[in-house]
Amino acid sequence: MSLDAPSTNARYGSNAGQPLTRRDGVLKVTGRATYAADNHPDGMLYAVTAVSRIARGRVTSLDVEATKAHPGVVEVMTPASRPPLAHDPDEKMPPFGFRIEVLQDSTVRYANQPIALVIAETLEAATEGAALLNPQYDADEPRTGIDDGLRFDPPAVGVGGPPKAAFGDVEAGLAKAAQVLERDYVTPAQYHNAMEPHAVVAEWDGDHVMLDMPNQALAMSCASYATYFGIPPENVTIRSPFLGGGFGSKAIINGPQILAILAARALKRPVKLVLSRAQMYGPVGHRGGTWQKLRIGLNNDGQLTALHHKSISATSSFDDFLEPAANASTHLYASPALLSEHEGIRLDTGTPGPMRAPGEASGSAALEVAIDEAADACGMDPLDFRLHNYAETEPGSGRPFSSKALRECYAEGAKRFGWAGRPLASRQMRDKNGFLVGWGMGTALFPCPHFPAEARATLRADGTALVETAGADMGQGAWTALAQIAAEALGLDPEQVELHSGISTLPDGGIAGGSGHTASAGLALNNAGKDAIAQLSELATNDPASPLFGAGNIGVEARAGRLYRRDDETRSESYAEILARAGRREIVGTAKASRDPAAAEAHAMFSHGAVFAEVKVDPDLGQIRVTRLVGAFAAGRIINPRLVESQYFGGMIWGVSFALHEEAIIDHRTGRIMNADLAEYHVPINADIPSLEAILIPENDPFVNAIGVKGVGEIGITGTVGAIANAIWHATGVRVRKFPVRLEDIIG
Amino acid sequence: MNRFDFIAPHNISEAVAAAAEPGSAYLAAGTNLLDLMKIGVSRPVRLIDITRLPGLDRIEWQPDGGVRIGAMVRNSDLAYDPRFARTFPAVAEALLSGASAQLRNAATIGGNLMQRTRCAYFQDTASACNRRVPGSGCDALHGENRLHAVVGWSEHCIATHPSDFCVPLAALDAVVELEGPQGKREIPLEDFHRLPGETPEQETALAPAELIVALRLPAEAARFAANARYLKLRERTSYAFAVVSAAAALEINDGVISHARLALGAIAAKPWRAREAEASLAGAEPTLEAFTRAAGFALADARPSGDNAFKIELARRIAVRALILAAEGTPEVMPALPASPFSTTPGASHVA
Ligand SMILES: Cc1cc2nc3c(=O)[nH]c(=O)nc-3n(C[C@H](O)[C@H](O)[C@H](O)COP(=O)(O)OP(=O)(O)OC[C@H]3O[C@@H](n4cnc5c(N)ncnc54)[C@H](O)[C@@H]3O)c2cc1C
Ligand code: SF4
Repeated sequence: MSLDAPSTNARYGSNAGQPLTRRDGVLKVTGRATYAADNHPDGMLYAVTAVSRIARGRVTSLDVEATKAHPGVVEVMTPASRPPLAHDPDEKMPPFGFRIEVLQDSTVRYANQPIALVIAETLEAATEGAALLNPQYDADEPRTGIDDGLRFDPPAVGVGGPPKAAFGDVEAGLAKAAQVLERDYVTPAQYHNAMEPHAVVAEWDGDHVMLDMPNQALAMSCASYATYFGIPPENVTIRSPFLGGGFGSKAIINGPQILAILAARALKRPVKLVLSRAQMYGPVGHRGGTWQKLRIGLNNDGQLTALHHKSISATSSFDDFLEPAANASTHLYASPALLSEHEGIRLDTGTPGPMRAPGEASGSAALEVAIDEAADACGMDPLDFRLHNYAETEPGSGRPFSSKALRECYAEGAKRFGWAGRPLASRQMRDKNGFLVGWGMGTALFPCPHFPAEARATLRADGTALVETAGADMGQGAWTALAQIAAEALGLDPEQVELHSGISTLPDGGIAGGSGHTASAGLALNNAGKDAIAQLSELATNDPASPLFGAGNIGVEARAGRLYRRDDETRSESYAEILARAGRREIVGTAKASRDPAAAEAHAMFSHGAVFAEVKVDPDLGQIRVTRLVGAFAAGRIINPRLVESQYFGGMIWGVSFALHEEAIIDHRTGRIMNADLAEYHVPINADIPSLEAILIPENDPFVNAIGVKGVGEIGITGTVGAIANAIWHATGVRVRKFPVRLEDIIG
Repeated sequence: MNRFDFIAPHNISEAVAAAAEPGSAYLAAGTNLLDLMKIGVSRPVRLIDITRLPGLDRIEWQPDGGVRIGAMVRNSDLAYDPRFARTFPAVAEALLSGASAQLRNAATIGGNLMQRTRCAYFQDTASACNRRVPGSGCDALHGENRLHAVVGWSEHCIATHPSDFCVPLAALDAVVELEGPQGKREIPLEDFHRLPGETPEQETALAPAELIVALRLPAEAARFAANARYLKLRERTSYAFAVVSAAAALEINDGVISHARLALGAIAAKPWRAREAEASLAGAEPTLEAFTRAAGFALADARPSGDNAFKIELARRIAVRALILAAEGTPEVMPALPASPFSTTPGASHVA
């Protein structure tokens, strides 16, 4: 796409909608963007956690003396010596915080749990010190498999979501169906592997603490840390200018960081802690495994008569985060009856947590394969089948969608992919080299949450602006898109707008999660900008010396750094002139923004999409390659198509990862993860992604929020996993219902 | 990582003398050794840096057409050496199918031969592993062993050797030149790696302090240049160790195979030379039947060491495929995806 192509989505004749490049791009590619672990305050010490190698039981001894004797080791923190915390770590931290493992006792609840913290003058000394602790254990049998864990009825799934949704009579719907499809699907535990591991550099000054750390939820985290350390929230400052990926795991407070901050306070020196790759496989959340069952009733016309989706979702033995996988079925296909429900299973693992499209990804993987199986059972094309079961309104409630251009996504995606003419049966296509070729598709769906957020917009004497909100740029390009939104509200070019973000002292930018950051922080910036412009207009229209004097009722318009009288283009004045005459150095607009509850009540709000996949499979060897992926997505107004395309790419690549690669391999005898490194925990590499296309379907959403923005960060995974699995079936005739798909599944 | 001494010898004899101290380890590019040190699997007390030893980084052609490769030659440099790639194309292809571009640029020939198994239990110091701690047991045996050995294993160890490079080397009768406290000697690559038996900790034929100084490929191995392939089945398109692999080399005269070589990778603790299969092909026509029969010989003694019966069938199939591709002829240019079944996919132009 051309850099300066005008966007069809631009509103108000503004800059928004332009594919600007990342503002921080040059800093990043030249290595000048500093990440948390790049900070080295004077006198800094290094902390390393020693982690448990059993998954359940107790630590009976630690050789603290040996560790302390190692040159460079300064201190060893164990349950016996850990300073107190002001909040009981075995209690949850509202609103989203989990119970955490911070050496409160010698219990081991999962492999890789921190069992001590070693602090030293060098990283090497701390690492070796941790290795010298030589822990002895009293081990109990670990429960890490589906057959071992305790089952329970969860009061909630995900972050406080309902565990069950139901309408209509599912059993009646199944009873009267012409055929019923009943299928089981399994998704594995997947672990966070952001390029930047979790890290913190903590420095205390009296009872104030400065934390350099990657963080997706600055204000919420400050409040949580303050509670743990018994200080007011304003005494905690978090600096998080750049994150090397968050994906949900950096929105939640974890034990290791708490320990490092405690150490910094106790030792009165700055302390740095960076988790190793292997240590990421435990205390910092993961995507819990699921065992899902779908039951689908079908009538003779290829329509659903009932849809039952149940997920058994894994969580830890001591806290609850259940993949809300079955909820993926509740808002997508029209069915007169639906039941989605969850059962929990307690395993001796770290507590799962949000991981890009939590629930939606695992649930969509199962649902989209089941839908493909249903289409096949009805002898229908998978796209026709989906159109046949298109939900015009929200299933169950009948509420209108705030916007839903899914039909356009289907149509445009199918056209670009070349779906027409796809043979119905499997094993029909070969390429010239003899590889089996298959085409599959899946529908993508993601909700549009909105978080309360605040912002400040300062118009400066020279006519430029400073806008501020404590948001998070995890690589998605928030610094750029948010500046574009602010610039639009302020009637300025993005280059005239300076954006400050990524530090908790700024107005609360809300949570960068749930694909809701651009909408949430963006709306706050929009409103703050509008507030500043309103104040400026007030000055001008009340000033007899201004050409805009008296235009108060007619109104003025902000554009290119000038206010124009709405009914007379010839009468205008620049911001700088207005401010100068009024003797003002600046005007400060502020906003606290959240979603209009009435609009939210009246509408179902989702982003939609359709993903089409082509795979090639070696007929003898079973090796699979996803040769083409085309996704078409409708997600409201697009602020920056370049960044959005990149988000869709990232999501779709994760879909490949989910379908073919990612899996924590657990030895159930010990509960240890046996592939906790990037050599063996596979994610796709470039050669796995030969061709990727994302189509941005225009969509105007007047209800979702005043800026019309939905979310794009997570939806790309949904739909994609199923599309790939379905393409594999189409190529080979083998229906794999367990992810990731393996060679032996294909060769049988 | 433990504290260790770092020694930078000036020549081979200094290096060998330094290595004679117990607890020493040679450090080449460190892409394997340093990883193992970081996770506590290797804890040498002294590292002997061989990267600056003179004379070990040369590719020398012998008058008879054989080649002698210094132990410190980087994997990429060898693979991209035009004469080498032309003469021993399956070896170049194997090298380029290993690891990633960054690793290949660093990793050395000697280090590749000496790389340790990727068995997860070997790498996990909390697990029992006879190879790491003799007599401690083998946690892989009833554990996660989907990718473990299907030939040549024992109850004491079911690990595989992960090298790609070594597979065509075994097929082509490569020879390893060693220098140690006892002087110089050489040993066929096929005898270099050991099957576990009751002593899996004895991974290679290398004596203590012995240094690999070079590797030789004999001139007669060049006869296969027109019909040689390496094929590697992976769980992603690139940057993954082999699930199974095969090096196949044929000499075909007038539609008849005069000489055949076949070795399989990732199925045993050593590259698995299939001599019976080779013998069955000598004098045969290069047909699917002949290749299938040969592959059957190659895996006649295979049995699963755990949850890996599928590897036996896959190994058989990859052997057949490698033989078919070899019979079709060595590609004019190195495929964009070396050793991949998808190497025939047009469009890609990089080495992944
Ligand atoms: C992520 C990852 C993926 C990989 N994928 C592949 C793959 O797909 N295929 C593949 O074949 N390999 C793969 N490798 C392994 C790689 O090829 C080896 O790590 C590399 O060849 C080792 O060479 P080095 O020079 O770094 O050896 P080092 O790490 O320096 O040494 C390895 C061992 O050899 C010993 N040693 C080194 N040189 C000598 C010598 N001259 N004489 C005696 N002993 C010596 C050392 O003491 C040490 O024990 C991968 C490695 C990584 C990290
Ligand atoms: S297979 Fe070999 S390397 Fe792996 S645990 Fe067993 S003894 Fe150790």
